[in-house]
Amino acid sequence: MKTKRNITLNWLILAIFTAAFSISCERELDELKPVSYPIMPEVFIDDFSSGLNYAAFGGSVPTAFDVDKEVAYDNSEASMRFDVPDANDPAGAYAGGVFFTSVGRDLSVFDALTFYIKASQPATIDVLGFGNDLGESKFQTSINGVTVNTSWKKVIIPLPDPKKLTAERGMLFYSEGPENGLGYTFWIDEVKFEKLGTIAYPRFTIQNGNNDNQSSFVGVSMQISGLSSIFNMPNGIDQSVNISTAYFDFATSDETIATVDENGKVVIVGGPGTAKITASINGEEALGSLTIQSKGAFISAPTPISLPADVISIFSDAYPNIAVNYYNGYWAPYQTTQSADFEVNGDHILYYTNFNFVGIEFSSPTQDASSMTHLHLDVYVPSNLTSDAQFKLELVDFGTGGTGSYVTSIPAASSQQWVSFDIPLSSFSGLTNRAKLAQLIFSTTSTGFTGFYADNIYLYR
Amino acid sequence: MNKITKISIVVFALSSMFVFSSCERDDEQNLDERNWQLVWSDEFDESKGSLPDSTNWNFELGNGDNGWGNAELQSYTNDTANIRMDGNGHLQIVAIKNGTSYTSARITTKGKFEQKLGRIEASIKLPYGPGIWPAFWMLGSNIDSVSWPACGEIDIMEYRGQQPDIVHGSLHGPGYSGGNPVTKSYGLTQGRFDTDFHLFAVEWDEEKIDFFVDDYLFQRVYSDDVSGDWVYNQPFYLLLNVAVGGNFVGFPTSDTPFPQTMTVDYVRVYNEIR
Repeated sequence: MKTKRNITLNWLILAIFTAAFSISCERELDELKPVSYPIMPEVFIDDFSSGLNYAAFGGSVPTAFDVDKEVAYDNSEASMRFDVPDANDPAGAYAGGVFFTSVGRDLSVFDALTFYIKASQPATIDVLGFGNDLGESKFQTSINGVTVNTSWKKVIIPLPDPKKLTAERGMLFYSEGPENGLGYTFWIDEVKFEKLGTIAYPRFTIQNGNNDNQSSFVGVSMQISGLSSIFNMPNGIDQSVNISTAYFDFATSDETIATVDENGKVVIVGGPGTAKITASINGEEALGSLTIQSKGAFISAPTPISLPADVISIFSDAYPNIAVNYYNGYWAPYQTTQSADFEVNGDHILYYTNFNFVGIEFSSPTQDASSMTHLHLDVYVPSNLTSDAQFKLELVDFGTGGTGSYVTSIPAASSQQWVSFDIPLSSFSGLTNRAKLAQLIFSTTSTGFTGFYADNIYLYR
Repeated sequence: MNKITKISIVVFALSSMFVFSSCERDDEQNLDERNWQLVWSDEFDESKGSLPDSTNWNFELGNGDNGWGNAELQSYTNDTANIRMDGNGHLQIVAIKNGTSYTSARITTKGKFEQKLGRIEASIKLPYGPGIWPAFWMLGSNIDSVSWPACGEIDIMEYRGQQPDIVHGSLHGPGYSGGNPVTKSYGLTQGRFDTDFHLFAVEWDEEKIDFFVDDYLFQRVYSDDVSGDWVYNQPFYLLLNVAVGGNFVGFPTSDTPFPQTMTVDYVRVYNEIR
């Protein structure tokens, strides 16, 4: 009986092997699927889950995190403890770091990262999230301003599109500074991915939810911005969630006019014509769009004719440029001007959008323009001006020269074409000396003048 | 050997059947077959923006006494901003925030349609958010002579907007009312009541009331289960409303999204044919 049984068992094993082999023999190439990663919900329950590592952010206190065996949620064995430093702690300015795995995990079956949190005092934690893998962090997702107190509470961070999280390595990250200059301690426990089914009404935006229009040229590229998301949480409250560009699926209405890649980079490839860029996440259409009005081939500004020896070039492809600190100082708090500089066929163009004022600084070193006589500037207003636009230029001398200003206008009839200015430096009233020129400032008081391209900005004689 | 194999195959077959059936039919219930005949319904098929059919429904307006007895915050109106047909076969009751005050709507079938025993059901997509309190319920038609709670109250569906995955079915009567009703909750696993329509129903006969969500029986109350009198032996009328704040639900917070809409596909009432 015993022998017989063994024989049968052997036959059985053989049969299993045969079955396995015959299955693998029948498998065809097109049935092979991409490498699949383990489905593992636990991040930190009572200890590091399999393959989990920790790294502190640069500038943070490297020892801020520790495993705590005294304090834990629901009297479990251990929790994660985070010691936020006092202000001016020589060890680091804040507590922050990443819990990541070396091998990706498949999170596509879950819809939220959840954990319990409490602190030694009421506090507002700056950032909590996942998807930071210390590398590309393609699917970084976080919430800001998480209020905590001395009782455990559950934090839920939605997975914006679980289908995309098939190989995620960033399990949890955090960043928190002192509260009113003082450090404190918070604890996190029972960190895991869950399928809740009770997160509803995802709402996404691009371009801050606006339907923006932009006229441009073949070869110009631009970036979709103003991304946001809101989810209704299991307690019926809306939660804003910071999500990365990679969650969005971008689409163009006409790829012969403009293309858009997975990072939201738009490239105008044809025209004249119109293409509307839209986006969705997990089939949910995002609010907002960017409509590109391509004007066709880019017309460059006139090529400068001054000799290089007679020029101090601030911004031009025709001359070597001096050292420039910045082309947009983003001067707080009143500046609204943004930059959307672009390049077409090797021709670099400054593009100031949402224009009220903006400064270019070249103070390291300052420029001695004592021997120069004029300022040259080519300006192109891409929108259709309905009335002449006031345009003010200021030159600032960091020595004894003070600030000189010059006011001119851009005729409405000259919009959507290059306008060249050659302004005598003597016309900048108030500029008494130009031995240490350091800034050029543009501004306007005309509300219709919302932006312009600039090229070939130089001083010459 | 042969014999052993056979037995183990049988055992294996049985156990696999068991596993299979328990997976597939986890929540199957064996309920008595009952025959229902539709006696009254409102399908809310009127044109977009119109008010509910006045042959079926009355409005209850204003703030009520002490917030309709529950410290509710809203004022009920018959404004189409608060109550209207959506033109797609649904009734909408909309709770609106105006600064620090709230408006909403409450309708009843009192004096127009009253029902004793039978099956009463409504298909509803609920609103959400802290402090939002929608209900589909019934009151005893003798409320004006015997007053509440002696008239009896059948809450077919009540819900707290801060717990969008849970509904409650309750009976209030003499000796078991207010904070002490006969009540039970039903929760969805991995789902919410505000993202889709769900069917809320009671089946009511002389000896008991059964509470259903999506035809799943989650509470059965026999006449001798209640601590006071069984007062469910007379006609009741129907109510639909969305309250904002109150003793049952707590109060809305600055995080409660407004407006909030309860969408009702239909209300149907059946008699049992024996």
